[in-house]
Amino acid sequence: MFNSYRRGLFITAFLAAPVTLYLVYVISPYIQAFYIAMTDWRGVSATPTFVGLDNFVRLFSDRIFWKAVSHNAALLVLLPLTTIVIALFFAFLLNVGSAGRGVGGVAGSKFYRVVFFFPQVLAVAVVAVLFQQVFRPDGSGMLNGPLMALGARPVGFLSDPDIAFWSVLGVMVWQAVGFYVVLFSAGLASIPRDMFEAAQIDGAGRLSLFFRITLPLLWDTVQVAWVYLGILALDVFAIVWVMTDQHGGPDFSTTVMAAEIYRNAFQYFRFGYASALGVVMFFFTIGFAILSLRLSRRERIEY
Amino acid sequence: MPNTPHDITRRSLLRAAALVPVAGALAACATPQAQAPASSASPAATSAANPFGVADGKPLEVWIFDGGFGQDYAKNIHQPLFKAKYPKVEIKHNATKEITKVLQPRFAGGNPPEVIDNSGANAMDFGALAQDGQLADLGPLLDAPSWDDPNTKVRDTIDPAVIDLGTYDGTFSVVGYVNYIHGIWYSQKVFKENGWETPKTWDEFLALCETIKKSGKMAAFTYAGKHPQYLYEPLLTMAAKIGGNEVLVNIDNLEDGAWTTEAMKTAATAWAEIGAKYLMEGTAGLDHVQTQTAQNKNKVAMLPCGSWLENEQKTTTPADFEYGMFPIPDFTGSDKLPYGTLHSQPSENFIVPSKSANPQAGMEYLRAMLSKKAAGDFSELVKTVSTVKGAGEGRQLSSGAAAATKALADAGANLVYYRWRSWYLQLDDEVKAATGELMSGRLKPDAYLERIQKKADDIKGDSSIKKYKR
Repeated sequence: MFNSYRRGLFITAFLAAPVTLYLVYVISPYIQAFYIAMTDWRGVSATPTFVGLDNFVRLFSDRIFWKAVSHNAALLVLLPLTTIVIALFFAFLLNVGSAGRGVGGVAGSKFYRVVFFFPQVLAVAVVAVLFQQVFRPDGSGMLNGPLMALGARPVGFLSDPDIAFWSVLGVMVWQAVGFYVVLFSAGLASIPRDMFEAAQIDGAGRLSLFFRITLPLLWDTVQVAWVYLGILALDVFAIVWVMTDQHGGPDFSTTVMAAEIYRNAFQYFRFGYASALGVVMFFFTIGFAILSLRLSRRERIEY
Repeated sequence: MPNTPHDITRRSLLRAAALVPVAGALAACATPQAQAPASSASPAATSAANPFGVADGKPLEVWIFDGGFGQDYAKNIHQPLFKAKYPKVEIKHNATKEITKVLQPRFAGGNPPEVIDNSGANAMDFGALAQDGQLADLGPLLDAPSWDDPNTKVRDTIDPAVIDLGTYDGTFSVVGYVNYIHGIWYSQKVFKENGWETPKTWDEFLALCETIKKSGKMAAFTYAGKHPQYLYEPLLTMAAKIGGNEVLVNIDNLEDGAWTTEAMKTAATAWAEIGAKYLMEGTAGLDHVQTQTAQNKNKVAMLPCGSWLENEQKTTTPADFEYGMFPIPDFTGSDKLPYGTLHSQPSENFIVPSKSANPQAGMEYLRAMLSKKAAGDFSELVKTVSTVKGAGEGRQLSSGAAAATKALADAGANLVYYRWRSWYLQLDDEVKAATGELMSGRLKPDAYLERIQKKADDIKGDSSIKKYKR
């Protein structure tokens, strides 16, 4: 009896601080955001008026916000898909892709492993500014310089509304791939070598090695990557805000939910409305998390 | 031994550990807290020399936007002037590029500073501040005697546009300190060398663009493609020139069909033609600094900008570049406003928050700024034109500032401006986006104006957005 009391006290003592911090700095701002979403607060007044669900009604006819949602949705599909395919391909080559007999990476795989991880080390804002220069539409652009030298017309990577979104996606994939190469490499390392060796002895080529051994045994890791990347796609902000013209332009062609929240709060000073957008985004994110955890439930393979 | 010191220490430690974050909770609230207004202790006695009753010993906190003009003018020109008169008032000087991030919480917390230079891309929305009664009524400042001459009111020493544009809801509350004069900027040296003449009519302008383009030496025209407000400015000024000042007044007042008038159609069509034929390659993806630097490198001949240009480009401009500017050319002989009509707009906006602790000193600081000496030193230091009448007289002005000053004198009373841009920020973003599309040819002039009109109508119908009239 006494022991269990002591035990409870011990656990409470350790949990009290983190739980309180979490309540105060995470849960309570969420709850406050729900309240602010139902006011007309403009950020500077000390006494906002309660307006009920007006902000949510207004939100339904906000063309730009729904455009932002559609961009998030497109990213939600395309970003995980592209990143995972590329990262799996690289991880496979780096770990079990060698041409000769035995299990190992392609020549120079240790070097590539470091190189692939570089983008992950850079701050997002740095990446965004870097790519502004890469995408420059004149001769000083890293991509347009060679293009123009060859006599082609410069491509408006960030200034053409039909292309800008793909540029954003490209940069996000570029930055994310390195991390998932490492994640998948770690996953591959935990697969027993003899499985690959046995398959090789049975005459499996690289392709069937990948689809019949690597992918099924990595499925758990791929699911985790999918959820991470999905959340990244839903709350993308800095790349869009810093890199694109007119913060999510041109002509709102790259804007995302988080950018619209920021724009409404800190540029239009409509903190109430921005909070309403935030509440909607909160439900989208929660919905995605629940959905992806449900759908990805699958028997584990024991080895 | 239940009461050993050891036991107590451990328990109280745990208890304290649990309580510390709770105390933090009080400070972590994101929702605004209504506070009792700062005690505005009765001001000191007023006199002709001290018209607002600045009290000794109460500090004065000043926040300067550290942008194109830097912050030295405040530290080295304005504050010494104030300090000389009120040695017992401590001035707390601050500067930031992020006005909103730093100062918005101060307003929400009820303790804003006394003077704010609310400028730059991250300035606070004047509409929101006015709507909440956060701006001190600066009417008494206008009627106070000027710093230089007790027989002249401050009102008579500044450009009347400052008063028009600084008035929100009938209360004068924002002091624009710099007169931004807009026009088409070029290098006088390049024009002289090539024998190019500044155009007086739109046909001459088109012919000049054609000549420059054919010469193969440089592109004819560019603008900050990433920031299309640089282009809608000459477009609107041209529409006002063609259709008269009421074109802009109606736009500001969100009148039905204000954007789709004939004058607007003509101007939009004219600039769309420039966009289709004479823009420097890659314009759409370049920002103001990149295009302006391209001009300094003689890659492009002309660009639309305001009189801050020369100061902004001072590090990249060749010594013999000689900035010049000309106003929007006549579209036809029957334009409502004559040649020389200018868009001039007071900017670099100073406010005194009404809920600050010492608004009297804030107003007195503004009065010092509006003295001829302060404004003249300022103009010389930052190469620009201030809104204080005659402050540039007898000063050594650079070629660009001199050109802008001359254009302003030539324009006389033919000055136009618009205010929708700061009143309705959502509309601003829409017009920027649409103007980029117009110039790249993806939107035809009619569709362009209809799209903006729709947004203007939406804003008119949105009860949550405060409306203004001029």
